[in-house]
Amino acid sequence: MGRYIARRFLWTLLVLLVLSLVTFALMHAVPGGPFDREKKLPEEIIRNLEAKYHLDEPFWKQYLRYLNDVLVPRIAKGEPKSLMEESLIDIKLWDDYHLRWVNLGPSYSSRSRTVNDIIREQLPVSFQLGVAALTIAVLIGIPMGIIAGLKQNTIWDYLGMSVAIFGVSVPVIAMGPILVWIFGVMLKWLPPTGWGAKPPYILFFIPKDLSWNFWRYVLMPAFALGLGQSAIIARLTRASLLQVIREDYIRTARAKGLPERLVVLRHALRNSLIPVVTVLGPMFAAVVTGTFVTEQIFGIPGLGKYFVTSVTNRDYPVIMGTILLYAIFLVLANLVVDITYAWLDPRIRYE
Amino acid sequence: MAESSRVEALRTALPQRRKTASLWADALYRLSRNKAAILGGTLVILLTLTAIFAKYIAPYPYDVQDRNAANAVPAWMLNIFPMMKPYAVISDKFLLGSDYVGRDMLSRLVYGTQISLSVAFVGPIIALLVGTIYGLVSGYFSKWVDNIMMRFVDLMYAFPSLLLIILMMAFFRSSFAQSEPGTFAYTMNKIDERFGGMLFIFIGIGLTAWMGTARLARGQVLSIREQDFVLAARAVGASHLRIIFRHIMPNILGPLVITVTLAIPGYITTEAFLSFIGLGVNPPTPSWGSMISDGSQAIRTYPPQAILPALALSITMFAFNFLGDGLRDALDPRLRGTQ
Repeated sequence: MGRYIARRFLWTLLVLLVLSLVTFALMHAVPGGPFDREKKLPEEIIRNLEAKYHLDEPFWKQYLRYLNDVLVPRIAKGEPKSLMEESLIDIKLWDDYHLRWVNLGPSYSSRSRTVNDIIREQLPVSFQLGVAALTIAVLIGIPMGIIAGLKQNTIWDYLGMSVAIFGVSVPVIAMGPILVWIFGVMLKWLPPTGWGAKPPYILFFIPKDLSWNFWRYVLMPAFALGLGQSAIIARLTRASLLQVIREDYIRTARAKGLPERLVVLRHALRNSLIPVVTVLGPMFAAVVTGTFVTEQIFGIPGLGKYFVTSVTNRDYPVIMGTILLYAIFLVLANLVVDITYAWLDPRIRYE
Repeated sequence: MAESSRVEALRTALPQRRKTASLWADALYRLSRNKAAILGGTLVILLTLTAIFAKYIAPYPYDVQDRNAANAVPAWMLNIFPMMKPYAVISDKFLLGSDYVGRDMLSRLVYGTQISLSVAFVGPIIALLVGTIYGLVSGYFSKWVDNIMMRFVDLMYAFPSLLLIILMMAFFRSSFAQSEPGTFAYTMNKIDERFGGMLFIFIGIGLTAWMGTARLARGQVLSIREQDFVLAARAVGASHLRIIFRHIMPNILGPLVITVTLAIPGYITTEAFLSFIGLGVNPPTPSWGSMISDGSQAIRTYPPQAILPALALSITMFAFNFLGDGLRDALDPRLRGTQ
């Protein structure tokens, strides 16, 4: 197990390194500097700005500087002297000393905000939406799959699988506007746009006020985002349950006179849920990218909406910075999923 | 020479031919018994015809604006959406109304099939072509060739593919658009403009679509390579190319076709997603994704502008999902009910 984890971890590091290099290279290959304005700036001002952001250095030096800024934690005294020294993670240690880690650099398009600021303010909202969507996906998907599998070829099975094929077929960008129209505009049960949580948050993303005022904004977008994933979970749970229920050890459990309820709960269910872990990786990816669209449709002030806006505005530094952040998040999520799966099913480790 | 042609004659002898034919005939028979798959297949054919004959079906061109009839609503639609009554411009010129600059919704929906359907066909073709060849070469030569090729696939596979596509699209859209005439990038950009922005979408999807197929193809090759008929082919002196394409490839095509068909809805959503966030087709080319994006701006006042393309997209997805599921069950009954 230790060797497997070590190997997967090194591989993940390599992927992240290549990914950051590709992102960085593409960002620099885009023609036109970040200081191109409609009214051209004087030559010497551009040169000064480039010197300030180290853009006049050779490519490899800039890349190493970027890696250094992002990876190496620093301990410094007092408030950051300039925006350049600001970091995403800033923990007060003692007296006036701060631990600063992950500095994604300044946003060229906005002078007062860094990429760190943008992520710090907008990511918690996206995180709340993502967690809610994943919860809905699991809460709907697993019971639906279990019922369909246990009552195979009955009306429950057909009903569950029809809902599943509906969920797989209607993507978020189609589901979103339809939900807004039905529940937000026509029935007026839920607010069609907006978000109910405000900073500060507990543990980085849990809002202090968890009343209906928060949930009524969460419900619709989380459902739109989670339904497709719940369908995938339901189909996989059903298929895996059908396979497990024919195994010898289930027959043994029945033969020794165990009540059907215990056979299902203790023997069938536990084993049939193992393959479901494998879809969690792709599911994270789908939910993360799904937040871009969901936040746009439901007017939620999260990082995804900001990301889409920066794509429309061609704000490349922010696009690349956010993509890098999402990619790191997804690659690490995949690593965790793989290790969990290897831990649950020892056969994987020896492949 | 004479020896190998006799072996060839033996290889193509009747019993084997009959067996392959019956496999596909069986599959076709099973497919025709599956009602959902028939429904899906019929829809796909109808959508394809709509895409091909869009010019004759659509009552107006997709880009002609009628500023006097912007956000027009036909009278029958007020029965379904009565909330629009107080402020809507009622006009029966457009069967499904018009969008915010007065373009016919129906025509744009009809032309939209061209975008979704072309992605639905080009995506799997790239995945099948590149992935199969890559997997065949990697699996057949094994040893260090296989090792290097598969490590590369592993690396590509670990990248979050949609993020990679967004990154590539942002790069293409910005850097190729500003290239000098006479360069490769300039030519690519001109071709892309000619196709309303589709070329870069195809490249983006193609770059990330082939890895799954390559892995699957390689796995299949590894098991088939060791079988006696490959040994026999090698013994009579068949070349590597011949063994790969005539002996191994026909035997691994079934599972590959299934995987690729099941991936089609994914390609369609990817295109709609890209167009939704503004990295897909160039306006005024109508993609359902960009239409939903425009329409959802006006969801409180003119809901049909978002709901109609959303329905079109969902129906297309249903069709391909039904067809894909049916094809999988027909070609490989062992997989029935999984995933």
